[in-house]
Amino acid sequence: MKRILKGNGQNGLAPKTKGTRAAFETGMNLLFFLCGAVAVLFVLFISIYLIVSGLPAIREIGLAEFLFGDTWKSTGKEPQFGILPFILTSVYGTAGAIVVGVPIGFLTAVFLSKLAGPRVAAIIRTAVELLSGIPSVVYGLIGMTVLVPAIRTAFHLASGATLLAAIVVLAIMVLPYIISVSETALSAVPKEYEEASLALGATEIETYFRVSVPAASSGIAASVVLGVGRAIGEAMAVMMVAGNVANMPSLLQSVRFLTTAVASEMSYSSGLQRQALFSIALVLFLFIMLINAALAVLLKKGKKS
Amino acid sequence: MKKAMSVLLTAILCTGLFTGCAGSETASTGGASSQETQSAQASQAEESEAGASQEGGETVDLSGTVSTNGSTSMEEVMMGLTEYFKEKYPNITVTYDPTGSGTGIQQATAGSCDIGLSSRALKQEELDAGLTETVVAKDGIAIVVNKENTVTELTVDQITKIATGEIANWSEVGGPDMEIAFIGREAGSGTRGAFEELTGTEEACSYAQELTSTGAVRTAVSTTPGAIGYISLSSLDDSVSALMVKADDASPAVACTEETVLDGSYAIQRPFVFATKSDAALSEAAQAFYDFAVSDEAAQIYIDAGVVPAN
Repeated sequence: MKRILKGNGQNGLAPKTKGTRAAFETGMNLLFFLCGAVAVLFVLFISIYLIVSGLPAIREIGLAEFLFGDTWKSTGKEPQFGILPFILTSVYGTAGAIVVGVPIGFLTAVFLSKLAGPRVAAIIRTAVELLSGIPSVVYGLIGMTVLVPAIRTAFHLASGATLLAAIVVLAIMVLPYIISVSETALSAVPKEYEEASLALGATEIETYFRVSVPAASSGIAASVVLGVGRAIGEAMAVMMVAGNVANMPSLLQSVRFLTTAVASEMSYSSGLQRQALFSIALVLFLFIMLINAALAVLLKKGKKS
Repeated sequence: MKKAMSVLLTAILCTGLFTGCAGSETASTGGASSQETQSAQASQAEESEAGASQEGGETVDLSGTVSTNGSTSMEEVMMGLTEYFKEKYPNITVTYDPTGSGTGIQQATAGSCDIGLSSRALKQEELDAGLTETVVAKDGIAIVVNKENTVTELTVDQITKIATGEIANWSEVGGPDMEIAFIGREAGSGTRGAFEELTGTEEACSYAQELTSTGAVRTAVSTTPGAIGYISLSSLDDSVSALMVKADDASPAVACTEETVLDGSYAIQRPFVFATKSDAALSEAAQAFYDFAVSDEAAQIYIDAGVVPAN
């Protein structure tokens, strides 16, 4: 701070006379504003582009048939574009990942924030950070070569590329988000709350689950929503383990997610099929928007309390 | 201290990033330059040969750009064609966009590329849209199973029934008691289109997995004991075993090889097509490339790429 003050006006960063200095300030302000505007422009552009290119197919197919049709035959002689299987698969897959991932992630967060010694915590925290840095294609690769054959043998299936495999991979992928956000929320709970509880004779575990967790509940909820967003938007890893057949979701069957529906057919698509893929992307986009809105509401609530 | 550490770490990360890029770049340019050297050497050899025999092989002074766009399956073929074409016409640049047959045909119709590449025969509606198709080569589609599988031959009819799910266990076709996992490509893929058309299973296939590349299908088949899948002949390797195919019960079992695809005895094969606009003439450069691709000279290129030249 000191250094900046001393440097100001002396080492040539800002001009000396009053007029040029004001112009310089305005110029820089404008530059910063433009940089900020770029992000907004990109979001606007992508939204408008998706809506413009996603709507024609929906109009042609019919909204109800598109959203609730249970058959996807995009290249058939009489093509059918029902994306209900994809929507349900995305919902089930995400729900499964959350059901598996949240308990593990939540308990890890409690352990890291309240119970673990500094050394153990440092090791686990580093591992979690590394986990979030692993590219999704690596998750997919390991899922494909280890998890899928394991599921095949465990359940005596012909092929192990199933919804279950996708759920396991997604659960591992959402863990770091749930752990780090929940931990931050738990660590932000004022010490006085816990000390008061302990002073009243509650045990440590009682204190953490009756006092700290409720106090951090909005942050923990935000971590879950963040995990949902991550899981529903994942394409690469899921594409490598789920088999990509447009079946109605069932745990031990090959399934196709909203994301993989777009990704797997895009390269060879044409005509209405391609437009329909944009429509799927639009549906996915709306899902993510909803989730982000939920996240914003939760975080706001957390700040108020 | 902490700040210094984080700056240092960031710096290391950034360096990693850049060296990573630089590494791959050098690798690719290295590849390209070695290719160029090879072709340069080849053209030198050809020139000296031409000098001796006074026929063919000399470079032609024609310049321009030929843009091709389409089937990813034709990548190897296009690489070979481009490389040899460059020796003859050093001033013509041939570009190839591996976007998929559908896109290639679309781009050719729209006139945004000179030649559209398709690894399936053009549909009637595509021909009606003003395209002409030229078959330059034929690609056999190999039916592959896991190496542990004891089944060595199937009839096309049996393959069809496996694809539709009517036959669900290997014991029904003389194999071990093992459930069949039918693994294929995504909708729109040229290989899938060709397989389903050739076996008459359009819209009727019951897949266990739909994967987005030939390599992925091969890997999945090689790691799944009960798997059966289809890949193009050119990407067949030792990781899987290719089945012999009988056109019907009475005919002999034919292995999928270049010879059997060429003489037509192997039942499951597809064309590699150049799609050009019917109503507009090709540019001089594009015409030269087209002529080269259908010439006898190019035959060896197709063979080297694992497919069979059409003429």
